[in-house]
Amino acid sequence: MQNAILRKSHLNDFISKLAVIEKVMAPVAKGPNHYAFEEVKSAKEISLQYIPTILPPKKYFMPQHETLLEYDTREGQKMHAVAEVEKMVLFGVHTCDLAGIQCLNIVFSDRPKDLNYLIHKNKIAIIGFECNNYCDEHASCALMGNHIPKGGYDMFFTDLGDYFFIHVNTQLGEELLDKTGVYEEAKIEHMNALEDLRAKKKEIFKNEVDVDKNMIPEYFKKGFDSAVWDDLGERCISCGNCTNVCPTCYCFDVYDDPDLGAKTGKRIRVWDSCQNEPFARVAGGESFRSQRKDRKRHRFNRKFRYPVERYGKFFCTGCGRCTRVCMAKINLKDTIKSLAKEYK
Amino acid sequence: MEKMSINRSAYKIKEAKILSARRLTDSEKLFDIALQSGESLDYEPGQFAEVSIFGVGEAPISICSSPTKRGSFELCVRAVGDGRFTNAMHKLEAGDDIGIRGPFGVGFPVQLFEGNDLMLVAGGLGIAPLRSLINYVIDNRRDFGKVNILLGCKTPLNMLFGDEIEDWQKRIDINFSCTVDRGAPDWKGNVGLITSLIPGVDLDPENTFAVVVGPPIMYKFVIKELTGKNIPDHRILVSLERHMKCGLGKCGHCQIHNIYCCQDGPVFFYDRIKDLKGAI
Repeated sequence: MQNAILRKSHLNDFISKLAVIEKVMAPVAKGPNHYAFEEVKSAKEISLQYIPTILPPKKYFMPQHETLLEYDTREGQKMHAVAEVEKMVLFGVHTCDLAGIQCLNIVFSDRPKDLNYLIHKNKIAIIGFECNNYCDEHASCALMGNHIPKGGYDMFFTDLGDYFFIHVNTQLGEELLDKTGVYEEAKIEHMNALEDLRAKKKEIFKNEVDVDKNMIPEYFKKGFDSAVWDDLGERCISCGNCTNVCPTCYCFDVYDDPDLGAKTGKRIRVWDSCQNEPFARVAGGESFRSQRKDRKRHRFNRKFRYPVERYGKFFCTGCGRCTRVCMAKINLKDTIKSLAKEYK
Repeated sequence: MEKMSINRSAYKIKEAKILSARRLTDSEKLFDIALQSGESLDYEPGQFAEVSIFGVGEAPISICSSPTKRGSFELCVRAVGDGRFTNAMHKLEAGDDIGIRGPFGVGFPVQLFEGNDLMLVAGGLGIAPLRSLINYVIDNRRDFGKVNILLGCKTPLNMLFGDEIEDWQKRIDINFSCTVDRGAPDWKGNVGLITSLIPGVDLDPENTFAVVVGPPIMYKFVIKELTGKNIPDHRILVSLERHMKCGLGKCGHCQIHNIYCCQDGPVFFYDRIKDLKGAI
């Protein structure tokens, strides 16, 4: 089976049955226009019409705090390496966030491999969910080509009126669907309805910045000393909101967290931000990105240029989170437009 | 939440023991370290290790001994003002336990150097990583052509490895010069910046590799002098200092443009990094 449908009246059954087998995480409303992935037991708790969650699903793949080692210094420097893992199903992941997970997969499976990340990844089943329309004006998913699914899921749901079309992409997806037992076979009319929706989406989702994506790395290269960065540097307050909410920002710090008594403890990994001034500082005191504009430029280059050179992939998913949370109202689409205007 | 052991985690440390700890100056201490397993740390000159003290943390330290030294390896650590790790490390003595990860990074291309003259330039603490190469070259001396070593530091009191420097000065197969920024009453050597030593060196630019290691400010000026001697950019090597937090090309702290200093460096050919703004 590759395709199935789920009547909307059966969604609650589907979620409840899934929640008996596995922990299910899904988007939940957290006040006006704010959503978060949280554990749910029933479909009633889920907000399927959601704008990107405050934090992307990376929080399950690379937790904000994660134990790497447990140490014991009572007799020497003893330790063992651990991963704290939780099996789960992520339900309702937008295509921009699927793309974000695919970016992180590349980074952490690049040698030397990060086993903590890969163990989390193997324990998480992913059910994607299609956006039939834009979430809001901050998204640039069509520019990045992430408004349509490109793999990265076990099952993928599309809302087609009174039912969901389900694309089953993996054996694991099929097993999970089978266990819920509430689906129907997809028929030709369902396939046609999906095709119609995708055709309609082509009219809705259009390149949001009118810049050729493939030229962006070149604009960033040429624009390394552009006044665009001076402007951003003057406005940025280095709060690090943009890196926290970014689905592909993965920089981290590692430090020791001693237990009471200080002889034993944990070496943990926590999210860090290249927007903080000490981030690129060395022991002698030299700081290699001491200006806000250096740090802002670095972050933008790490989305639109460096990973293209290194991994052949853009690390912006077009989700729009950085723009939504920026306290200085730095707008990603405007930044690309201004830079492109100078060099087009 | 289920807890799993990860035997092959890249964060696991190798248990090691400090064989000796010797104070070199007011701020630098030299540690001789052996792995508890009895195995050698398999490294190249110019590579670094992540050094771990549980409860304090980890820090990247360049290995300052040559791999030709068997059984143990050396780290030279400068205690910096508010540096939590380096100050904790300075409290350690012979017999204390310590953790090691690595070696990491790309070291000096010693095979490429064979048959060539060498111009090795160190400023300040840059002598630590360069010493791994100097001692390697001395131990394999006939594989290389002329060997010039230039060393600069702030004052005679800051000079590291004084006893070895005396030996390098005496050797007939090494041209050694050093200078200090500020002299002292009993100092009879050169006074001035390290750049002042370069014009006086007689070298064949077509057959020389130059290596520069020092504080960030030094590179531009030294490289300008080397270029003035017609040494091409692809025959100049630098070792860059950055905060290599994880050593695995992931955490982002040591990133210069699209380069991870910890995996792609710390040793770079100058032509690779010269156009990267902020690299040096």
